[in-house]
Amino acid sequence: MEIIWLIPLLPGIGAAVTGLFGIRFFSKAQTAFVACTSMALAALLSIYAFVQLLALPAEARVYFVVVAPWIPAIPLETAGGIGEFAVDWGFRLDPLSGMMILIVSGIGLLIHLYSTSYMHGESSGGYARFFCYLNLFCSFMLTLVLGSNFLVMFVGWEGVGLCSYLLIGFWYHKQSATDAGKKAFLVNRIGDWGFVLGIFLVFFTFGTIDFEEVMVSAAAMPIEAAGFGVISLICLLLFIGATGKSAQIPLYVWLPDAMEGPTPVSALIHAATMVTAGVYMVCRSATLFTHAPMVMTGVAIIGALTALMAASIGLLQTDIKRVLAYSTVSQLGYMFLATGVGAFGAAAFHLMTHAFFKALLFLGSGSVIHAMDEEQDMRAMGGLKLYMPVTFVTMLVGTLAIAGIPPFAGFFSKDEILFQTFLHNRALWVIAVLTAGMTSFYMFRLMAMTFYGKYRGPAWKSAAVGHDGADHHGADAGEDADDGHGTWHGPHESPAPMTGTLMALAIGAIVAGFVGIPAALGGSNAIEHFLEPSFVVSADHDVGEASGVALAGAGGEHEVSHGMELGLMILSIFVALGGLALAHRLYLKQPELAGAWKARWAGVHQLLFNKYYVDEMYQSTVVRGTMSGGRGLWRFDRRVVDGAVNGSSWLTLVSSWCSGLFDRYVVDGAVNLVGWSVSESSFSLRRIQTGLIQNYALTMLIGVFVFVSLYLLVG
Amino acid sequence: MPPGFSAADFYYILPELVLVAGALLVLVVDVLTSRQQRPLLGWVTIGVLLATMLTLLPFSDVDVLASRGLLAIDGFAFFFKLVFLLTALVTVLMSSSYLEVEGLRAGEYYFLILCATLGMMFMASGIDLVTIFIGLETMAVAFYILTGYLKPNRQSNEAAVKYFLLGAFSLGILLYGMSILYGLSGTTNLRELATVLATGEPSTLLIVAVVLVVSGIGFKIAAVPFHMWAPDVYEGAPTPITAFLSVGSKAASFAMLLRIFMEGLPFLAEVWQPMFWVLAVVTMTFGNLAALTQSNIKRMLAYSSIAHAGYILIGVVANSSRGVTALMIYLMLYVFMQLGAFAVVVMLRRRDVVGDELKDLSGLYFRYPVAACAMLFFMLSLGGIPPTAGFMGKFWLFSAAIESGYIWLAVIGVINSAISLYYYVRVVVFMWLREETLGSPIVASPAMALALTVALVGAVIFGVYPGPLFELAESSAQSLGGVITGVGVSSF
Repeated sequence: MEIIWLIPLLPGIGAAVTGLFGIRFFSKAQTAFVACTSMALAALLSIYAFVQLLALPAEARVYFVVVAPWIPAIPLETAGGIGEFAVDWGFRLDPLSGMMILIVSGIGLLIHLYSTSYMHGESSGGYARFFCYLNLFCSFMLTLVLGSNFLVMFVGWEGVGLCSYLLIGFWYHKQSATDAGKKAFLVNRIGDWGFVLGIFLVFFTFGTIDFEEVMVSAAAMPIEAAGFGVISLICLLLFIGATGKSAQIPLYVWLPDAMEGPTPVSALIHAATMVTAGVYMVCRSATLFTHAPMVMTGVAIIGALTALMAASIGLLQTDIKRVLAYSTVSQLGYMFLATGVGAFGAAAFHLMTHAFFKALLFLGSGSVIHAMDEEQDMRAMGGLKLYMPVTFVTMLVGTLAIAGIPPFAGFFSKDEILFQTFLHNRALWVIAVLTAGMTSFYMFRLMAMTFYGKYRGPAWKSAAVGHDGADHHGADAGEDADDGHGTWHGPHESPAPMTGTLMALAIGAIVAGFVGIPAALGGSNAIEHFLEPSFVVSADHDVGEASGVALAGAGGEHEVSHGMELGLMILSIFVALGGLALAHRLYLKQPELAGAWKARWAGVHQLLFNKYYVDEMYQSTVVRGTMSGGRGLWRFDRRVVDGAVNGSSWLTLVSSWCSGLFDRYVVDGAVNLVGWSVSESSFSLRRIQTGLIQNYALTMLIGVFVFVSLYLLVG
Repeated sequence: MPPGFSAADFYYILPELVLVAGALLVLVVDVLTSRQQRPLLGWVTIGVLLATMLTLLPFSDVDVLASRGLLAIDGFAFFFKLVFLLTALVTVLMSSSYLEVEGLRAGEYYFLILCATLGMMFMASGIDLVTIFIGLETMAVAFYILTGYLKPNRQSNEAAVKYFLLGAFSLGILLYGMSILYGLSGTTNLRELATVLATGEPSTLLIVAVVLVVSGIGFKIAAVPFHMWAPDVYEGAPTPITAFLSVGSKAASFAMLLRIFMEGLPFLAEVWQPMFWVLAVVTMTFGNLAALTQSNIKRMLAYSSIAHAGYILIGVVANSSRGVTALMIYLMLYVFMQLGAFAVVVMLRRRDVVGDELKDLSGLYFRYPVAACAMLFFMLSLGGIPPTAGFMGKFWLFSAAIESGYIWLAVIGVINSAISLYYYVRVVVFMWLREETLGSPIVASPAMALALTVALVGAVIFGVYPGPLFELAESSAQSLGGVITGVGVSSF
């Protein structure tokens, strides 16, 4: 597998082609062809690479490919003396990154296909621009997961940040979209600050930033159980980076706003791939984190709190995409909870199943929004299952998956996390179960408001009238009706590329969990055993006594009986069903009850409806503080810097006036004295002769004179 | 054959011989072709340069003294010759359309460019004061003529006369210093000089000689206060020649500087290091401050090139293997970014537009997006913004300075880079945010497109993948005799 570096490169080439030529010259079909082909090739190559990886014996499943040296050895100071800062364009394929490239390229490809239809309303230039960004995003995401050292990962990390900014603000004429893009970018910068410092500290501590070498050195160091040592600091900084990218407290605020982007973007970036980068990075640094138990606890707490907080906000949102956005934040919280309790395998497993069902839900919501003529408010929907059966069924699958109803994918992964948390910390487990109930509630609420009940949306003109009005458009009118742009003919099922994608993802959301059926249910939890080598340092290295604890969480699996595990499972199924039943009661059977409850707990309702006022809090503290700081600096700029500049320009004026005098009376005087008689006859040369050239020569001579004097008199 | 010479001596200067023959060929072709066939001359010149480059390649890892010890054929010379040939190549590529618009004779023009290149090559190889001086003169005389090549243009004439007069003046200073060196040591060979003079406390006269030589070379690299000629000459000269002058001549002078001070006077490092320190600081600061207010883009680039000479001097001050490596890398990268910027300026020259005012760039993005994006890249690169070549170059220069203990020098360099961004970004502001000005459409001839491509590719590739260049420069720097190899990093 010497060619895994081609996997990120192919979409990159696609982006270059659509970006450089597509925007000007390509038709939509050509753009779609280039973009989808490059992704399809990357996906095929990923599958091939993954199959090759599977063919290896379990403990040897890792490839390193160095494409080229990147930064030649630069001597920099480290904790152990002067180290060589040398970085390669190195790629690493192991079970974890293998799984990630399958997710990114596979779901990426599906979303590309979906977008060919979803973005049809754009001009061909905008269409190419969109696919250029989308391809570029996939390219960077694949770089991120395949990189074999922190710096290559960071290239991908920053690249996806950039693409996310571009894609959220894709409709740049919309103020809210550009604002959301900027917000995402700025909030991510805060996280990146932590990540960069973390990388610096990794290099300073270990003298290298290669994952393998860092993990081997870290494994040999003692676990910082008692105090807060350097590894803890590294992990804390890396985790700050992860909170930015993966939308955790306190940096989650950008993700809900990011829904301003086109829906396929939300599905790809803000559900399936980019936001999981933080989780991936923490999993990748598993050995570091297991050596920093204090930070691990912090990660688990942050994860659990984020899960709970986001789920509670999701309970009352009315914008269909925002519900899903908060649900994403909440699910990411689950993943961090899992990493925090040491269950890296469970985190990665949930990452994988979540990628399927959340992409499905987002694309389903996109299909709904499309059908409702860009309406996103669920209060103006209802009864849509009649109009769009495919979307309805597939979204139902996604909902069942995320709610944790067996045998859908989410059940297995979420339950694994709940179980591992139970073993580790009961308080966090309670929070997690509570969150599971909320998740089930808000998802079925979403389904109820959207697909069940009476249609509450605006009336539409009948198709016949629409066609009458647009008869002279002929085929165009027909096409418009298909796309849902142009005159709106009421809710309708989406075209084949969109429904096809939904069906493919729905199959994924059903079966993806089967790779991780726990032992208690007679399975073998294949995925976690497959991933395990990525989280511990490989056996052929001298790892010392520390490696034994590397998977403390997973090791605990056998301490509890299968009966206990089954009991917990049944409990969580009941919790999910409880959420379902509540949603059913409040939004279908007795809608008046919802109003009554709202009145009864008005305070809580307000708090949740306004998302705990976190945005307002940031606005009045961080944003306003920064702005007033900026204004202060501006004033400083105006008064002091400009003053200094003006002062210096005044000085310059004065000095040039002085030098003018000097010029006129001393230099020219001397020149004139000598050349007065000549100047009359050589009028034509005067410009050069009495111009600046003497000054030039004089300056040079003064330079020589000053240097000689300095050496002879001073030195 | 004169005594002491052998056939091998001619083999070692094969590239130079090819270049001379090619230069003569250009003159002959010029006579034989009609005015309509003029573009042919440019391609002949390109061919000559490529042939020279080809014959140069076998000398990449040779390290011998040729011609009775007058010439050093080593990695150092190889690297610099490569720089000169690349510079000449891009210059010639961007010249043909310019000559067409200005209605200039092409034959002598290309001939003189080749002659200047020849002089530079001897400057890099020369290991004897006399050889170096002859190379310098060959280059300088060609440049005097080229500067005044726009015969009907008063500015061009004025520039040529100024350049010639001041050049003669500075050569006088340089020669004075060299003659003192000869008088003190009895030899003009740099390596012998190093052994003869390296004993005991340096005499006053020796210090005066060093100051004079530094001043003479300071003129050539346009270091403040010996820079006065540069803005006028750069503004007046034909634009491609300005580009050639600001890159080729500067690189050759740095080659000469390194030869003289690192091969010939390494034992006087305590004397010349502080001098170069002062020159570097004054030069970059003055260059950047003066560039801030320029409205003529050629003049702006002239001051920016002065500032860059200041940055490059940091590599000399560091006086270590890493410093020389960084200097050489920077020069190579400077070739691409500076010539690229000039290529865009040359492209703006149309029949009805002079194209060297900043406002001529207005709205360039909307008329010629590719050129505007390329210019953006060159400006960011000159300013030293991360993914670009310029950043890598500055990074190495500053880290070399830090490694040798000159932390303040690096700090001043970084502050200067920040200042310089103002006027580089201003160019971008004009290209993107200002109203379009009228004028005939901008077209890029194939040669011009090629020039831009070469510059852009070089600047991009070495920005993201500097490994090979680094290795080449590092091994080339090793062959410079006096370099203190393996300077301890403990001072870091």
